[in-house]
Amino acid sequence: MWDILGQEQLSNIKFVNLIMDIQELITHIENEFDELPNGVLYPETSIREIEGWSSMHALILIALVDNHYDVLLTGEELKNALTVQDLFSIIVNRKS
Amino acid sequence: MNIELTHIEYFLPEIELTNSHLAERFEKTEEEIYKSTGVLSRRIRSESQIGSDLGLYAAERLLSNFPELKKKIDLLIFCTEGLDYKAPTTASTLHFKLGLEQNCACIDMPMGCAGFVYGLSLAKSFILSENATCVLFITADIPSSVIHSDDFEMRAIFGDAGVATIIEKSVRGKIGRFVYGTDGAGAENLIVSDGSTRKPIDENWLIKYSNETDSLAHGRMHMNGLEIARFSLQKVPILLENVLHKNELSFEQIDLFVFHQASDFILKALKRKCKIPDDKFYTYFENIGNTVSCSIPIALYHAEQEGKLKRGDKVMLLGFGVGYSWAGTIIEY
Repeated sequence: MWDILGQEQLSNIKFVNLIMDIQELITHIENEFDELPNGVLYPETSIREIEGWSSMHALILIALVDNHYDVLLTGEELKNALTVQDLFSIIVNRKS
Repeated sequence: MNIELTHIEYFLPEIELTNSHLAERFEKTEEEIYKSTGVLSRRIRSESQIGSDLGLYAAERLLSNFPELKKKIDLLIFCTEGLDYKAPTTASTLHFKLGLEQNCACIDMPMGCAGFVYGLSLAKSFILSENATCVLFITADIPSSVIHSDDFEMRAIFGDAGVATIIEKSVRGKIGRFVYGTDGAGAENLIVSDGSTRKPIDENWLIKYSNETDSLAHGRMHMNGLEIARFSLQKVPILLENVLHKNELSFEQIDLFVFHQASDFILKALKRKCKIPDDKFYTYFENIGNTVSCSIPIALYHAEQEGKLKRGDKVMLLGFGVGYSWAGTIIEY
């Protein structure tokens, strides 16, 4: 099936998969951060600018990623994750 | 020969540090503090009390309830991170204050959050090797003595306490096999570095902390909460599996899981990661916080009081923390 798809279509499919996966991460974060309404986070959202962000949220992210993706982020990785997209990329890299 | 934990008694100091006190000091609401820590209140020692005092009160309470034990005790283990002196052992001073027999061995064990499980192991080993028959195991910690008044996170989580337990040859119960672990690379993430032999405090320290109780002369605790959470999430689930394997039991055969009561966040994260059902996961944290080496026996005491722990139940005990150190076993209560 893949043979008959053009390069553009293939990259679109990968892109759609990426969007779906990052959306799943966003949903997890929105569910775990009690005070956060659904639909307010985007891939480009700066993690530390999430309303009410505190050191406790860093712990929640560590546990959330560990629980859903079986990836135990290091403090350094979390520090380097400026946006939700960055966080997602770290998870993808660690999983690959 | 089987060994069992037969008695638990504990003592909390009278001074209460409530969320209302903390809210006043840190410009947070009581609700915010409870939500972020899961703690409503903690007990704090008075300036004249140290760890061994809290342990002594717990032991006196236990021995006044069961005076027949006093002549039987032939090993006293004292676990704390706040020993009375560099020498002699604090266990021997407790031995004297309690009026125990002179044929009693005394050992200090500065072990922290894994200390209760380590102490059970030591007591079991002494009894199995026929070097003791009745062990008084006292745990007592006063983390408040090494927490700076500005350190909100630690003040909100930790509390002081003393516990006395008796371990004897078994009539009905059992203490199972133990699993231990150590990773000294994590030492810096939870440490009281000053105030001891390697880094004694000096005049500058005393001036710097002159507004703190005792000028923080016992040292100041530093905690990297993120790294401690990572350590817990990484090591405790593996410890759980290894303890089951070593005791040849399945997950379903465990009636109750009692972990070191590290923090509300860590306990909830571990429960979820280890997939432990609510009714099998006991916590006693809300009213006392993290009482270091005392947290597991206090939880056992209350689990029994609440009818959640019955004689014959298989209980998994997991201790983990400073060091890093971790240890686990299964007791048949």
